[in-house]
Amino acid sequence: MTPPDVTEASVNPWGDRLFRLFVTLAALTVPLLLGFLVYELYLGSAPAIDKFGFGFLTSDIWDPVKEEFGAWPLIVGTLLSATLALLIAVPLSLGVSIFLVEFAPKSVRGPIGFVIELLAAIPSVVYGLWGIFFLIPLLRATLFPFLRDTLGFLPFFQGAIYGPSMLTAAMILAIMVMPYVMSVSREVLMAVPTSQREAALALGATRWEAVTGAVLPYARSGIIGAIILGLGRALGETMAVTMLIGNRHEISASLFAPGYTMASVIANEFTEASNDMHFAALTYVALVLFGVTVLVNAGARLLIWRVSRRGGGTPA
Amino acid sequence: MPGLRALPTLLALLSLAAAPVAGQQILTGAGATFPYPLYSNWFATYGKQTGVRINYQSIGSGGGIRQFIKGTVDFGASDASMKDEQIAQVNGNVEQLPTVIGSVVMTYSLKGMGGRRLRLDATTIADIYLGRITSWQDPRLKALNPGVTFPKLDIVVVGRSDGSGTTFVFTDYLAKVSPEWARRVGRGTAVRWPVGLGGKGNEGVTAQVKLLEGSIGYVEMGYALANRLSFAELKNQAGNWVIPTLATAQAAAASIEWAPDTDFRVSITNAPGANAYPISSFTWLLIYRNSTKPETAAKLRDFLRWMLTPAAQAQAERLHYAPLPPVVAKLVAARLPVLRANGRPIP
Repeated sequence: MTPPDVTEASVNPWGDRLFRLFVTLAALTVPLLLGFLVYELYLGSAPAIDKFGFGFLTSDIWDPVKEEFGAWPLIVGTLLSATLALLIAVPLSLGVSIFLVEFAPKSVRGPIGFVIELLAAIPSVVYGLWGIFFLIPLLRATLFPFLRDTLGFLPFFQGAIYGPSMLTAAMILAIMVMPYVMSVSREVLMAVPTSQREAALALGATRWEAVTGAVLPYARSGIIGAIILGLGRALGETMAVTMLIGNRHEISASLFAPGYTMASVIANEFTEASNDMHFAALTYVALVLFGVTVLVNAGARLLIWRVSRRGGGTPA
Repeated sequence: MPGLRALPTLLALLSLAAAPVAGQQILTGAGATFPYPLYSNWFATYGKQTGVRINYQSIGSGGGIRQFIKGTVDFGASDASMKDEQIAQVNGNVEQLPTVIGSVVMTYSLKGMGGRRLRLDATTIADIYLGRITSWQDPRLKALNPGVTFPKLDIVVVGRSDGSGTTFVFTDYLAKVSPEWARRVGRGTAVRWPVGLGGKGNEGVTAQVKLLEGSIGYVEMGYALANRLSFAELKNQAGNWVIPTLATAQAAAASIEWAPDTDFRVSITNAPGANAYPISSFTWLLIYRNSTKPETAAKLRDFLRWMLTPAAQAQAERLHYAPLPPVVAKLVAARLPVLRANGRPIP
């Protein structure tokens, strides 16, 4: 064997071909996996699809003993908890990232950002336990009675306060999605050219006006992207929500009442699903969850596309 | 290109590493989570004594039965015995052998009980869980607990949200004592609760009950003892007040009429014994009656024999699982010779 020399290697097409083959395969695995996933879910849920059809999506009965299943409260619970979580998390995260990028002195920027990113590394079961033993007692003693006393005329803040509830779950979700929304929107804000700010300031704008008038519009599509990332995380979160939402197959106007999500019911009942229809119904729920996620993401893409087309946006 | 040249060598190394280690006998099982602390203890002790490794995955009873039917494990484990249609799926090729007894206790959070235990009877529990008794001021609760001043609170009912053998035992009991429960809800590892909150796992129910004054829930006895929860005294079928202990759980199992050819699929909730705790149940190992793997079958049979020894049963007691009463242990031991491998007796 002669030692390979450089010129031979550079004309040798094998390396290139192999590399090309490898990256092509890598790229193909994603759609393949997705295809298998949907196919498996469809196969597994076929008995439930045959039996319940689309009525599954609108029925609110979930009775494993009598083998009657419907996912409506789960769909509502999933969308509602995720939306509420974003309502809490987005203003907070945006506030943090604007502060970090526009106002904070350099020495503060690093530590605060680091601490918030650390939140993303905490396992969700830990969030759940923290919620049970710390957050719920705290909310039951302070925020919930306060909300009922002040805003009790709204149907959202009426009824018995147990602790585990839609609102509790949404709050823990908010804490969990915050680091994602925060760090992505911070990166986006940092990518806004300094000239953008300087131009606004040069025209006599205050810091507030520069941020709202020049920086935020420029970063708009990127920020929406950050929110979508958070939404995806909130829709799929399982363990912490399961531990805090109260797990009841009901839709209630009150946010103090327990609810349920699609991911939670799968986590709760999958291991002990003894009859085949129960198993199929849970798989059907997984399929619906997948569909909802796809729809939400497609809607988000459309939104980003329209926002960035309207101009003034960096590509997300 | 040294990188590419090294590739075949690397691949060879990788395939070597992936090759199964020959000669090592490992039994695999999967199923119930409730007896998992005991089983992992048993398997570890047994492994030390005999060198036979048993790998057990606590994926849940439903999963255990499914894996057993598919034949992906050497044995299954379940808190609920297999139903007829499930047995038909393995063409009847199964022995369901009880290992220990578990009980479910009613835990509650009530101040001002003055050190006394809450007393409940079967129909009261059923009516609380059906939403028919909604207040601690209900006259039926007062009648059962003379001299106790209950708080003026609504009863917060807590159930298990995750499917579990504990729920099966509890609902099996309710279905036996309340025709309305049997009709409206039924028995199962997960049911449609008429009222109440759902906690995930024993710890979820416990957290909920501890948190809310006036709440009531059910948890597995070992968990309640380990965490020093307050639990209720129940009136059993014989009309006696019993508290959940290993002895009263055993009494429930012993008070059943045992036929010598029993398939062990016996529910011992609401058992007739004078001292029987009414919410108790066996947990079972699922074994292929006729195995296709003689060596595995022999090892498994040996383990089952060991499991029935006083030392192993005492180990169960230390972990708050009630051992089989002698009458049942004898029946299980007598059943072991039935096991076959490829149609022939196991040597």
